[in-house]
Amino acid sequence: MADTSVSQSLDRATRSKGNRLWGEIVRHRAFYAMLFIPLVYFMIFKYGPLVNAQIAFKDFMALDGVWKSPWVGFKNFITFFSSIYFWELIRNTMFLSLGKLALGLPMAVILALAINESSMRRFKRFVQTVTYLPHFLSWVVMYGVLLLLLSPDEGLLNEIIKALGGKEIAFLQDPKWYPTVVILSDVWKEMGWSAIIYLAAITGIDPGLYEAAEVEGASRLKRIRYITLPGIVDVIVTIALLRLGTILDAGFHQIFMTYSVPVYSVGDIIDTWVYRQGVLDFQFSLATAVGLFKGVLGLSLVWAFNRLSRRYLDASLF
Amino acid sequence: MRKIKSREELTFQIVTNVFLGLLLVIVILPLWRVFMLSVTPFKYSDDSFGLLVSPAKWTIEAYSQFLSHPSFLLAFRNSLIIMFGGLAINLFMTVPMAYSLSIRTLPGRKGLNVLVMIPFLFNPGLIPAYLVVTSLHLQNTFWAVMIPGAIGIYNMFIMRNFFAEIPIDLKEAARIDGASELFVLFRIVLPLSLPIMLTIGLFYAVGHWNEFFTPILYLNSNKLQPLPVLLRNILMGLNTNEFVEYDAFSQVSVQSLKAASIFITMLPMMMAYPWIQKYFVKGSLAGGIKG
Repeated sequence: MADTSVSQSLDRATRSKGNRLWGEIVRHRAFYAMLFIPLVYFMIFKYGPLVNAQIAFKDFMALDGVWKSPWVGFKNFITFFSSIYFWELIRNTMFLSLGKLALGLPMAVILALAINESSMRRFKRFVQTVTYLPHFLSWVVMYGVLLLLLSPDEGLLNEIIKALGGKEIAFLQDPKWYPTVVILSDVWKEMGWSAIIYLAAITGIDPGLYEAAEVEGASRLKRIRYITLPGIVDVIVTIALLRLGTILDAGFHQIFMTYSVPVYSVGDIIDTWVYRQGVLDFQFSLATAVGLFKGVLGLSLVWAFNRLSRRYLDASLF
Repeated sequence: MRKIKSREELTFQIVTNVFLGLLLVIVILPLWRVFMLSVTPFKYSDDSFGLLVSPAKWTIEAYSQFLSHPSFLLAFRNSLIIMFGGLAINLFMTVPMAYSLSIRTLPGRKGLNVLVMIPFLFNPGLIPAYLVVTSLHLQNTFWAVMIPGAIGIYNMFIMRNFFAEIPIDLKEAARIDGASELFVLFRIVLPLSLPIMLTIGLFYAVGHWNEFFTPILYLNSNKLQPLPVLLRNILMGLNTNEFVEYDAFSQVSVQSLKAASIFITMLPMMMAYPWIQKYFVKGSLAGGIKG
C-alpha cells in the first residue's frame, strides 16, 4: 500500500516534471520554428562533410558513391605518410605559417605602439585607416598588385633593379624568393588589421600609471618598456598562442593565387596539395585522408594552445 | 594633445612619425602604381617607373575598353547577384539561429550549442564539402557559391552573444502585451542590434565580393564567373586577347589593362571603406580574444 502510494507520487512527480518540460517546449515553439531551416542547413552542409569524411578510409568510386565504396582501412593515410610529399608539405606549411607569425606579430605590435605614441592626431588616424585597408582586398587583387610590383617584365622592383644595372629577378617563380614574397605580402596586407586589438588593449591601460611615470621623470621609451608592454603582454601571448593553434593554415587563398609549378618545392602547402589531388586529379580518398589528418592535428593544436593560454593567463593574474 | 616638452620628447615624436610615414608609403606605393599604370598611355609607359606621370597625359582608354566589354558587364552582374543574394541568405539563416540560441530558457539550448561547436572546431577539409555540393548537383549554379557558407559559425556566435545581452525586461514587456516572437525579434531586438547587424552584414558582403575560390571550384561556365575570377583570368593571361586589340593604333598596353581591371575590382570596396571601416573595427573587437 505504502509502496504504491510512493510510486504513484513518484509517477506524478515525473509526469508533472515532464509536463513542465513539455510546457516549456510549447512555450518556445516559435524559436524551434526559427531554428528549423538553419538546423536542416547544418545537417546538410556542416555535418554532411563529416559523414563524407569516411571516404578517407575507403577507396572512393564516384559511381558507387560515399556509402558503397569499399573500405580500405588506413591505406590512404599510409600512402600519404610514406610519400615523398609528406615532409615537404609539413615543412612548407609550418615554415610559411611560423614566418608570418614571427614577422607579422611584432610588426603589428610596433605599429600599434607607434600609432599610440604619435601626438599628430589626424596623421595617425590616417595611418591607421590606410594600413588596415589591405585586409579587405582579396588575394586576386593582391596578386595583381604583386605582379605589377614584382614580375620580371612589368614589376616596379625589377624596373628599379634594371635601372641600377642589375639583372631582373622572377620573385614569384624563384624558389629562393617565393617564401619571402609570401610572408612579406601577408604582413603587408594584415599588419594594420592585426594592430587593432593591441591598440584596444593599450587604451585599456590605466592612465594613472603614465601620469605617475611622467611625474617620476620616466622617458618615453621607459614608459613603453615598463608600462605599455607589460600592460598588453597578456593579449600578445594569447594572440600568439591562438595563432599557433591554427598553424596548419598557411594561407590557402594566397598560395593558390600566387604559386606555380617552379615554386611547388617551397610553396606547396597541405591545403593546396589537397585541392590538386582531390579536385584536379580525382584522388578523392587520398585527398580526404590528408584533409582529415590536418583537421585532427589542427583540433589537437587548438585544444593544446587554448589550454596553455588559459593556464598562462591565470598564472599571470598573480 | 600633449605638449612637446623636451628635446628628448621631440626626437621621439620625429622618429615615431617618420616610422609611421614610412609604413604609409610602403602600403600606398604599390596601390598608387596600380592606379598610375591604369591611366598611363602606351607611349609614356616607360617614364619614371610609372609612378609620376603628369595628369595632363592621363588616359581613361583602359577603363573604357574594360568597362564597355561584355565580359566585364556580365562578371559585374554576377558579382552583384552573388553579393546581394548571398547576403540575403546569410542574414535569413544567421539571424534566426543566433536569436533562438540567445534565449537562455530554451530547452535543449546546451545540446544545440554543442551541435554548433563540433563543425566549428573540426574541419574535415575541402573534399568532403565539395562532395556535398556536387552530390546535390549545385555546380554551375550560384547556389553553390551562396549556400554552403550561409551561416558563418563565428559570425553567428558574435550575433548570439550580442542578442543575449539585450535586457530581458524589454522583450518580456512586449510578450506580456501579447506580441509574437517574430514581432519581438523585428521590432525590439533588431533595432537595438543595428551596429552588430551592420558589422556582420558587411563581413559577409565583403566576403562574397572577394570570393574567387568557390566560383572557380563550382562554376565552370564563363557566363557565371564573378569579377574576381575574370580579373584572375586577365592577370594570368588566360583571356587577355579578348580585351586588347593588338594593332598599331592601340592606346593602351596590356599592363594598363591589367592595372585598370585590378583597380575596378577593388574600387567598390575602397569607396565604401571610409564609411564602413568603424563597423569593421567593432566587429574585429566583438569576437575579442575569448575564442
